[in-house]
Amino acid sequence: MALNRREFLKSAAAASAASAVGIAVPSNLEAAASDAQKDWRWDKAACRFCGTGCGIMLATKNGKIVAVKGDPAAPVNRGLNCIKGYFNAKIMYGADRLKTPLLRMNDKGEFDKHGKFRPVSWKRAFDEMEKHAKRALKESGPEGVAVFASGQYTVMEGYAAQKMMKGGFRSNAIDPNARHCMASAVVGFYQTFGVDEPSGCYDDIEITDTIVTWGSNMAEMHPILWSRVSDRKLSNPDKVKIVNIQTYTHRTCDIGDINIIFSPQTDLAIWNYIAHEIVYNHPEAIDWDFVKENIVFTAGPVNIGYGMRRAGEKSLKDGKYTAKEMEIIKKEMSKKVSAKEAPALKPYGYKEGDVMKNTPGTLKHWMISFEEYKKSLEPFTLDYVAKIAKGDPNESIDSFKKKLKALADLYIEKDRKVVSFWTMGMNQHTRGTWVNTLSYNVHFLLNKQALPGNGAFSLTGQPSACGTAREVGTFAHRLPADMMVKNPKHRAITEKKWQIPAGTLNPVGNQHIMKIHRDIEDGVVKFAWVNVCNPYQDSASASHWIKAAREMDNFIVTSDGYPGISAKVSDLVLPSAMIYEKWGAYGNAERRTQHWRQQVLPVGDAMSDTWQWVEFSKRFTVKDLWGPYTLRNGKKLPDVRKDAKKLGYNDDTTMYEILFANDRAKKYKIDLNKFPQKGFDNSECLGDSRNVVGSDGKVFKGYGFMIHEYLFEEYAWFGRGHGHDLAPFEVYHKVRGLKWPVVDGKETQWRFNVKYDPYAAKAAKAAGSKSTHAFYGPLAKKLPHGDLKGVKDKKKTSLKNKAKIFARPYMDPPEMPDANYDTWLCTGRVLEHWHSGTMTMRVPELFRAVPEALCYMNPKDAKEKGVKRGELVWVESRRGKVKARVETRGRNRPPQGLVFVPWFDEKVFINKVCLDATCPMSKQTDYKKCAVKIYKA
Amino acid sequence: MAKNSDNNRRKFMATTLQSVGLTALGGLLWSGYSDEAKASPLVLRPPAALPEDDFLKACIKCGLCAEACRNRDSNKDRDGNPRPSTLQMAKGGEHKLIGTPFFVPTDVPCYMCDDIPCVPVCPSGALDEASVTNEKGELDINMARMGLAVVHKESCVAFWGLQCDACYRACPLLDEAITLEYHKNERTGKHAFLLPVVHSDVCTGCGLCEKACVTEEPAIFVLPVEYATGKAGTHYVKGWDTQDQNRLKDAKEIHTVTERSEKEAADYLNMEVEY
Repeated sequence: MALNRREFLKSAAAASAASAVGIAVPSNLEAAASDAQKDWRWDKAACRFCGTGCGIMLATKNGKIVAVKGDPAAPVNRGLNCIKGYFNAKIMYGADRLKTPLLRMNDKGEFDKHGKFRPVSWKRAFDEMEKHAKRALKESGPEGVAVFASGQYTVMEGYAAQKMMKGGFRSNAIDPNARHCMASAVVGFYQTFGVDEPSGCYDDIEITDTIVTWGSNMAEMHPILWSRVSDRKLSNPDKVKIVNIQTYTHRTCDIGDINIIFSPQTDLAIWNYIAHEIVYNHPEAIDWDFVKENIVFTAGPVNIGYGMRRAGEKSLKDGKYTAKEMEIIKKEMSKKVSAKEAPALKPYGYKEGDVMKNTPGTLKHWMISFEEYKKSLEPFTLDYVAKIAKGDPNESIDSFKKKLKALADLYIEKDRKVVSFWTMGMNQHTRGTWVNTLSYNVHFLLNKQALPGNGAFSLTGQPSACGTAREVGTFAHRLPADMMVKNPKHRAITEKKWQIPAGTLNPVGNQHIMKIHRDIEDGVVKFAWVNVCNPYQDSASASHWIKAAREMDNFIVTSDGYPGISAKVSDLVLPSAMIYEKWGAYGNAERRTQHWRQQVLPVGDAMSDTWQWVEFSKRFTVKDLWGPYTLRNGKKLPDVRKDAKKLGYNDDTTMYEILFANDRAKKYKIDLNKFPQKGFDNSECLGDSRNVVGSDGKVFKGYGFMIHEYLFEEYAWFGRGHGHDLAPFEVYHKVRGLKWPVVDGKETQWRFNVKYDPYAAKAAKAAGSKSTHAFYGPLAKKLPHGDLKGVKDKKKTSLKNKAKIFARPYMDPPEMPDANYDTWLCTGRVLEHWHSGTMTMRVPELFRAVPEALCYMNPKDAKEKGVKRGELVWVESRRGKVKARVETRGRNRPPQGLVFVPWFDEKVFINKVCLDATCPMSKQTDYKKCAVKIYKA
Repeated sequence: MAKNSDNNRRKFMATTLQSVGLTALGGLLWSGYSDEAKASPLVLRPPAALPEDDFLKACIKCGLCAEACRNRDSNKDRDGNPRPSTLQMAKGGEHKLIGTPFFVPTDVPCYMCDDIPCVPVCPSGALDEASVTNEKGELDINMARMGLAVVHKESCVAFWGLQCDACYRACPLLDEAITLEYHKNERTGKHAFLLPVVHSDVCTGCGLCEKACVTEEPAIFVLPVEYATGKAGTHYVKGWDTQDQNRLKDAKEIHTVTERSEKEAADYLNMEVEY
């Protein structure tokens, strides 16, 4: 009997209501209810999209996902979702899903960079990849093989890619799109705490009295967290205050008690103003007991450039950059100190008009006295800061000053709990590391950090930027669990665990994501593989990278669910299984790890990125990869083939056998009669009913062991016992995620706090300290001494268990509006679309809601430029121009002098306009400010 | 919701020409012959349209408004060609009076152009420029009342507690025509409902909200004002709102009749009481 939807809902509701009150249900109606649901299977998963980490439940029927619901048991969202989450069921079934590998070929069927994409077998795809990767290795060594990795990888995918790249290829040229998203937060964490990731958690929202957002449109980018903030405000509207600090008015301002519009980059000055207000005008607010026990003061060099290309680099010498582009790029080498920044730089020995010679960005820092720190704050008076920071030319200086003062007062108010949230505004910033550390300064001075309801908290953009990119360490410089490739001890630990010869791992990890692009343009990287990201749409100065990919001698591969710009500029496109078509795990912004099982088979011949990496590893042997290399900087990687023999490998042992299908892996058994495997597909381990013809030309029948559990458990081993403990694989399939460190089965809400974090308690006990906190992060915990201008005493002192307050000034960004390019450009996202829109632009309802990216502009600017709402304008910078439609009434209301353009729409390819300047310490691109002109198209 | 996807240029021209030709014959005469003389009352008209009855009498079906809508600069695609425009001229089979201009928000909503190109071109006064001209004598699209957006709470996912407000963000009069109402979500204990509320004194009926709504059939939709509104009587005004007395200008002498009062008092009294 067929039921239509309305009848089904009616009968399901009637049945449940009836059983609740014990009424006998007519037998035919009862049958109808169970009939309609009988072949639905509900299982838990995490939402595909942002870093919030909402839990969802998926219904599958006949091998397809048919519905989704918010998971009422998930602590983050308690059954709710935003409208991206609402469409999780629809994201995998777009009409143009990639279903088979596609290779650019000529009519003879040969690979041809100028050929058209034509379907090929998986075997042919891997043949081509093998050929080109080997050639790249031969011509450029390990630095010539690169991966654009992702904060949207599952934990297992990221770990598999990392293992093959670093352990197999000995290449550290693997770096995630997460570099663009929270690298500044990471360096901020490392510098301040000596270890990555936030001290607090989302529970802070319900406990705090004050929510301050800094460069974060939470209402659109973290909607479920925003609904928690809104609820907090409702629960005590008079006491709870919300302050929003940003460069244009947006949705988050709706319920702000104070909304501060600042001039781009001057958030540096505002943080310093608050610290100035504390130190100079409210010294009684400083919790000296806490500060003396837990904090040291530090400083570093200020002449660190802007992370752009440096003189002498090949593409600069080859003239690939125009004179206009060079106007900005030359500031990488030296710059003139402006009147605006001069007062802030005075304590560091600079005055207006001085030429500052820049050295490449450095993480170097040293200890200073409190007096020196105080000196660094001296310029940041209300008058100076208000003058440089006021972002709305139509606001009076008095009104702006009042707001700044009120902001400082809220932080300072005794017993008022304060949480500072930020997202891309503070991370995508040419001084992103600085501004991150400045946030902790204020919280530390007041003893308002790592306490329930108190703390500065970085909201992550991507669903597993924390879980995969950071915790697994799919960055050029990282290894799992906060270890670093440059640390010999960390390499040794990793080599031993991976059972690869000592000396295999490459100690030079400098190929961050922009460097990979630049290395392709310089002709060094000749093989690049795009995984779960869209680097050719999401990277600034995009035209350069696209030109390099299309016109130079290299081989670019993109694995994706849907075709986007990156696939379009590639030579080979691989169809990837999407999120619920594979087993996986994500880690959200509050350290919560969440797992899910494979819900359905992938469409077409798509296979997971884990499978693609493992199959790729079959193509490379000890003799292919583990010989000697000389890196660009002259450093030599030893020949480890002999040592490989000692480990029982021979020249022809494949990386598959060493890294993936080894004895440790095979202990993780397939057992379809047991939880959590029972009843669920497992395409990698068992093959599946599609009988996909695999990389060897034969039907793929599976690895025969539980590779997902192996990859997860081996990765988790690195963090267990080191403040990064994860629960066993199976546990995550029973719970709604756990916040690490998970110690004795219990998650940790507030790190570094002796009361809540067992590692802090242990560290304090070991040190015989009675302090409430122990900042036990191990990185850079021995420092020399000096003043604001440099090191004076090279003798290093230990600062075990202490965190750092950094003296850091305001400095101009490299490109600011001038007579020719008179407007600030800020880019970002909209709630309806995820990143480059490859998924959400395929959901009809979301496409309909926001079909194109608009240029949000102040009505007065529009009038002055002679353009009307709805008309097309050119947004043009020194690097390129795009056409966009003007919106003066919309959700984003910029002040005069600034426009906002979202980047999801490949037709409004705004990254052709943006500048690839980065924080020189974190290497994260500043997408929030460059100079453009706007004129009618 | 009727889908009108015949938006290509050729068909548009054909319709317009047909309308012009028919105008020459006399629109009313034509509508007399049409099956669709009794058109659906739920049709949305261009900005500044007279009340529907008057509009139908005044509109000469010339198509100039639709042409202005189509050819405005803000309707160009990236290559400089006109996009499908908001205003369409009714063709046969659309349950609208043939030859009259209308729009369907789910196809193309009204983008509320600041210079309202569709109105001043109207030769017949069917689109009344004065109704969208402010005190300073400037055209002001915010004064338009093409319809009124209505939220169907049961299908609106914001009322389920989801974070949507797509309509709110799409509204050109954001925070005026649509505002958000915040309520605690007692079920979860830590989230808030952000509920869209339409303000009929500001909503122009442009339909951008309806277009943006993410539910399968829009949970917010625009109806002609008279179908989307009720009316409170003038015999009672809000004692706490001095402005509300303004409604009294339409007040009539009060005279009531019910079944109980329809008889003259004496007639009633002269009837026997049953006992």
